[in-house]
Amino acid sequence: MWNTIFPYLLTGISVGGQYALIAIGYTMVYGILRLINFAHGDVFMVAGIVMVYMAASGMPLWLCIPLVLIVTALVGFLIERIAYKPLRNAPRMSAMISAIGVSYTLQNLVLYITGGLNQLYPTIPWISDSVTIFGATTKMVTVVTPVLTILLVVALVALINHTKIGMAMRAVSRDFETSQLMGIKINSVISITFVIGTFLAGVASVLYFTNYTTVIQTSGAMPGLKAFVAAVFGGIGSIPGAVVGAFIIGIAENIIKGLDIILFKLGVIAAPIGLATFSDAFTFALLIVILAVKPTGLFGEKTTDKV
Amino acid sequence: MKKVFAIVLAMMLVLSAAAMAESVKIGVFEPASGDSGAGGKQEMLGMQYANKETPTVEIGGETYDVELIYADNGSDTTKAPSAANTLVDAGVSVVLGSYGSGVSIAGSDIFKNANIPAIGVTCTNPQVTAGNSHYFRVCFLDPFQGTVLANYASKELGATVAYTLGELGNDYDQGLCTYFKQAFEGLGGTVMHEDFPTGTADFNSYLTNAAGIGAQVFFCPVSIAYSTQIVQQAASQNVAFPILGSDTLDSNVVANAAKGTNVQVIITTFYQEGAAPEFDEGFKAWLAEDSEAMTNNGGNDMISAVSAMGYDAYYTALEALKAAGTTDSKAVMDTLPSVTYDGVSGHIEFDETGDAIRNAAFIKKINNETGDWEFVAEQTVD
Repeated sequence: MWNTIFPYLLTGISVGGQYALIAIGYTMVYGILRLINFAHGDVFMVAGIVMVYMAASGMPLWLCIPLVLIVTALVGFLIERIAYKPLRNAPRMSAMISAIGVSYTLQNLVLYITGGLNQLYPTIPWISDSVTIFGATTKMVTVVTPVLTILLVVALVALINHTKIGMAMRAVSRDFETSQLMGIKINSVISITFVIGTFLAGVASVLYFTNYTTVIQTSGAMPGLKAFVAAVFGGIGSIPGAVVGAFIIGIAENIIKGLDIILFKLGVIAAPIGLATFSDAFTFALLIVILAVKPTGLFGEKTTDKV
Repeated sequence: MKKVFAIVLAMMLVLSAAAMAESVKIGVFEPASGDSGAGGKQEMLGMQYANKETPTVEIGGETYDVELIYADNGSDTTKAPSAANTLVDAGVSVVLGSYGSGVSIAGSDIFKNANIPAIGVTCTNPQVTAGNSHYFRVCFLDPFQGTVLANYASKELGATVAYTLGELGNDYDQGLCTYFKQAFEGLGGTVMHEDFPTGTADFNSYLTNAAGIGAQVFFCPVSIAYSTQIVQQAASQNVAFPILGSDTLDSNVVANAAKGTNVQVIITTFYQEGAAPEFDEGFKAWLAEDSEAMTNNGGNDMISAVSAMGYDAYYTALEALKAAGTTDSKAVMDTLPSVTYDGVSGHIEFDETGDAIRNAAFIKKINNETGDWEFVAEQTVD
């Protein structure tokens, strides 16, 4: 029983950790700007492509990884400055449409550069090695991901709760205009939010593409969408919510992929019935259910009518 | 000033019209992007090389320049019709392609309504040519390919339990899995089939499922983008079963993914390097001098079977144009059934549905040390 379920659980936790790192970017930006940054999944993909080209240029990997993270954070910063800042006082819908525009721009830019060919992600030593845990063989990165995710989240929560910039972020997310009146430089706070969010997406891309080694221009779409569902599921705007939501989605998705075999081995069903087909359908059905039943998500802030 | 400009423009129009009068257009209906982008580009390479080798054709006693018109169908059945329309608008005489049966079927009706014949290069699903008179193809079909692979798995590898995996809604994958299943069960084996949604990157759970039922072969006739993921993830899980694939996996991109691992990858394909040395040599020399072609071939000079097929399809189209004696697409369509051609991949002759009559497929596998494809056997089915 345990031996049957464990490999799925392991993959689920690992994928969940990667979704979590992406979901934090969605949730932080939403918390501060009330903007759903649809380009976030594509920034994640760009990080993968940058890594492919840097490694191909012959740069040593120990230099590539920090450089990729810096470049990714820079991309996030520039996107905010170019596409969202000029729309700060425009209706929220305009900024969202601008985000969709950025998403397509990035995808087509990568399509142009790669010519639509799938690129093989470089093999990073140690985290690409195979390990065997409780009889399941997998890559080291599967084990590293959840640990690294938890560490980064703890660090991030500490940053938000115990530093001056964290306090400024909380203030801006509460009330945009008042915090501006109180002397907070909201533009730099927003920039830092984007830098942190895209930096984490960069970390996620290194972990994700080490496991799933093909990068094409649409590689960011699915993980981005699922991370977004995770952020909504956990309560958009809440960092612990996004992390918990991401782990739940990652695990549930992989359990469903293996449900046929699990039920078959338990003797519940006589023959496989093709449940694996519904793994993605589950994720999106979950989004609908959450929006219908508890729109604020698991840990979402309560909306109180002020009038 | 304006007048001069207008005159220059008018002159250019006249000149280009004059140039157009002496050229015949062949439409290239291929994916240059999307999941099958890599395969589509390699198929195009064959046509481009053939076009470089023979850039003119004698039609009705006059020499015409052959112009290749490209339309990217994006490996997407929703984009395919508009790509097909682009070719119709350009006024092509005959269409080559596409890589991938789904997009070929999606574009088919548009060519039919415009009375333009199409020659499928490596689209192996029976539905492409069935029930119409405008679609032809130069390759073998999926029922044949599925049967060859099932026979190989059962007789040569001694497998009794097989796992098949296909992309949801992809006619090519689903068709092949079904034919494989029929043949494999006919030989006394059992098969478990599963589907994955488009855009999947995580195949770990599917591989675990296959191991869970004790599969002795893992059959996945999927696009290149998915197959590289599957090969790499199979390597990290250290799976015991070999991966069986179809002609889509015949790409050096897949061979690179398997290099340095111990995953066995065995596939059926249309052409094996060495069967036509003259073509091999010329093609490699062309790749060496054209860096863009080299990049599109995956960065090395291994010859994919789809390139050889693209090459043969181009010459088949030229034969049809010669026989028709005109660039009129309707006339070309009417002459195509009687066209024969001896290509690098073998003799091409069409049966009554428009399929090439072929009874042999090459089986090859990846050498994990060098990352090259190695010839295993030539399999025939009577």
